[in-house]
Amino acid sequence: MKGIIGKKIGMTSVFSSDGKQTACTIIEAGPCVVTQVKTVESDGYNALQIAYGDKKEKHTLQAEKNHYAKANTSAKKFVKEFRDYSIAKALGEAITVEIFSEGEKVDVVGTSKGKGFQGVVKRHGFSGVGSQSHGQHDRQRAPGSLGNSSDASRVMKGMRMAGRMGGDRVKVKGLKVVKIFPEKNYILVTGNVPGHNGSIVYIQK
Amino acid sequence: MNAAVQFVHEQMTTKKTFPNFKAGDNVSVNYKIIEGGKERIQSFRGDVIKRQGTGATASFTVRKISDGVGVERTFPLYSPNIDSIELNKSGRVRRAKLYFQRERFGKSARIKEKRMAVESAK
Repeated sequence: MKGIIGKKIGMTSVFSSDGKQTACTIIEAGPCVVTQVKTVESDGYNALQIAYGDKKEKHTLQAEKNHYAKANTSAKKFVKEFRDYSIAKALGEAITVEIFSEGEKVDVVGTSKGKGFQGVVKRHGFSGVGSQSHGQHDRQRAPGSLGNSSDASRVMKGMRMAGRMGGDRVKVKGLKVVKIFPEKNYILVTGNVPGHNGSIVYIQK
Repeated sequence: MNAAVQFVHEQMTTKKTFPNFKAGDNVSVNYKIIEGGKERIQSFRGDVIKRQGTGATASFTVRKISDGVGVERTFPLYSPNIDSIELNKSGRVRRAKLYFQRERFGKSARIKEKRMAVESAK
């Protein structure tokens, strides 16, 4: 496994030489710093802890400062651990977008946009009543029956109902890396990525 | 537009120069068509009824009347298949999107030509 922390910038589209237009997402990823190297001997498993984005000193706890001092770096905002990192990196080393190459398939993890409290039609794709007549007064988007009558006498667990939607961790798999701009730390992937512009995403493979 | 999106657009699309056209103008779009491995150029002449989008996603729609039937084609502005765009006439219109043209035909569908002051006449 290899991965990097980044920020979603926005979307655009690119043209192939035969004129095909592909929607792409721009992600500003890294440079990240390795802040801890975990090994089987010391921690029971192999992993790399990497950090991204500077944090103001007044918001940093003393314990955090000491932790980052070990890697000889300033305090960071976002920390993520990747298990079994395929590239050997030492403490304090930088990770840039160049760990990925053009044409590679990657997974992108992010937090989807929050939609608030939504009904079953939007949240679970129920079809609603489908008709305005035949006794339907104001129930066009109602969920309908929740289950059986006396034979269960309760609503089954996991029954899909209205509620909070969005704001979940979402992984989008198999996005192709179109282009890498190492001097700007930009990485261009096909398709869309969960979350608002400016939200934190993890690119991994 | 976001500076980063602008940067990527400039890096990823080949620079092209087009005449400065807008809705109401009469243009000819010379479009490359690949047929059986051979490339040829087809011209589509009509009135621009809208321009929309910025950067790499910008597109425009051209409407023409072909054999009495209205035909509309939307082109991505930065498509590599667009060979060239010629500006034939610039029209005098009061709207940026000329969707009302879809309900019109014949005389009422004409767009008044904009008369430009010629530099040498001054």
